[in-house]
Amino acid sequence: MNLNRRHFLVLLPAAAVAWKAVLAGTPEAAANYQMADHWWGMLIDIPKCIGCGNCVRACQAENDVPDGNFRTWVERYHVTDETMTHPEVISPNGGKDGFPVAKEDAGKYFFVPKLCNQCADSPCTQVCPVGATFVTPDGAVLVDQTYCLGCAYCVQACPYGCRYIHPKKNVADKCTLCYHRITKGLTTVCCESCPTGARQLVDLKNPNDPIHAFLKTHSVQVLKPQMATGAKVYYNDLDGSVR
Amino acid sequence: MNFFKDAGHLLRFAGLFVIAFLLFWAIRGYVVPKSFGQYGHYRGAAIAEIAAHPVKYAGHAACETCHSDVVDVKTKGKHAHVNCEACHGPQAAHADDPGSVTPAKLDTGVLCVRCHAASAARPKNFPQVEAEEHSSGVSCETCHQPHSPAIDAAGPAAPAKASPAAAAGGAK
Repeated sequence: MNLNRRHFLVLLPAAAVAWKAVLAGTPEAAANYQMADHWWGMLIDIPKCIGCGNCVRACQAENDVPDGNFRTWVERYHVTDETMTHPEVISPNGGKDGFPVAKEDAGKYFFVPKLCNQCADSPCTQVCPVGATFVTPDGAVLVDQTYCLGCAYCVQACPYGCRYIHPKKNVADKCTLCYHRITKGLTTVCCESCPTGARQLVDLKNPNDPIHAFLKTHSVQVLKPQMATGAKVYYNDLDGSVR
Repeated sequence: MNFFKDAGHLLRFAGLFVIAFLLFWAIRGYVVPKSFGQYGHYRGAAIAEIAAHPVKYAGHAACETCHSDVVDVKTKGKHAHVNCEACHGPQAAHADDPGSVTPAKLDTGVLCVRCHAASAARPKNFPQVEAEEHSSGVSCETCHQPHSPAIDAAGPAAPAKASPAAAAGGAK
């Protein structure tokens, strides 16, 4: 082929465009979801939780969570002692089948739904030796199960006990904050199925999200603030006895 | 010339080093996934893979596009803020193919008490009943319509709050 200077100069920009397309690879699937526009978290309004276990059942159904493992669970606290700091905590089957009826009315009772706190500075992602778990740019802590070795360092590192090793897949598994739902414009399945609105998905980057007004007017706490994990699951009216 | 003759063994070693490095680089380029490091020290493509998981709970917005009659009843009642799938369970399969996938019939005897069975552990302001003495075995939907559970003015135990809602419904 005899390529003269004129032809070379004509072909050069076309070749540059083609090469750029090769480098870019296939475009991402989610078309109008921009990760940079979101920073997800959750609000849990403890006085509204009635301990029905809907969230636990829905989570297990939606995410194929194996029996005996939980991505979310509900604990029932009963505080009666003199100092009100030593609660009796129960969570039969994670609260999946509800709770035994409490007859005695002494002390105080409350339910505490728990899930992955989607920490901004998460201890679990820092210990992963292979980069299989990570915080996404929109604030969800996820596990790349094709990359995970199943070493369970992260299971030990999580101060909230939110991770487990999947008994069939032998890799780490955890709450994804229903990442497959929130990126499609839906709410998480626990929030969808909560009958009292005790759980609410919040987007901290959305200035119109009611969470901003809520945080300004309520006493809101995160679990284990002394761990400085940057937890984004906010608990309204959290009792001091909750560990 | 003398210098190269003396340093020959060093150059051969350096050559080996360069070859080993290039080999390492080539294997690394082949083994490390393309999207590794796209957003951080992980495989960027994993985000899209997790986001692509199928949904089983369709969300109340999907239900409401067809079942507007139920929405009309529900918005006037106490259960206005209870989403459909809180009781009806995962219905994405039904929403995708309403013709062939029919939701299971629900048992109010199981569902109602999940939330409304009396327990000292529940918040005090939440409506609760001792199921046994409340209905003595009569099923809940005999008196209460689950989509709008307050018994209306004509019923035997008409709560005062039910009347305005019923009146508003009649006026419409």
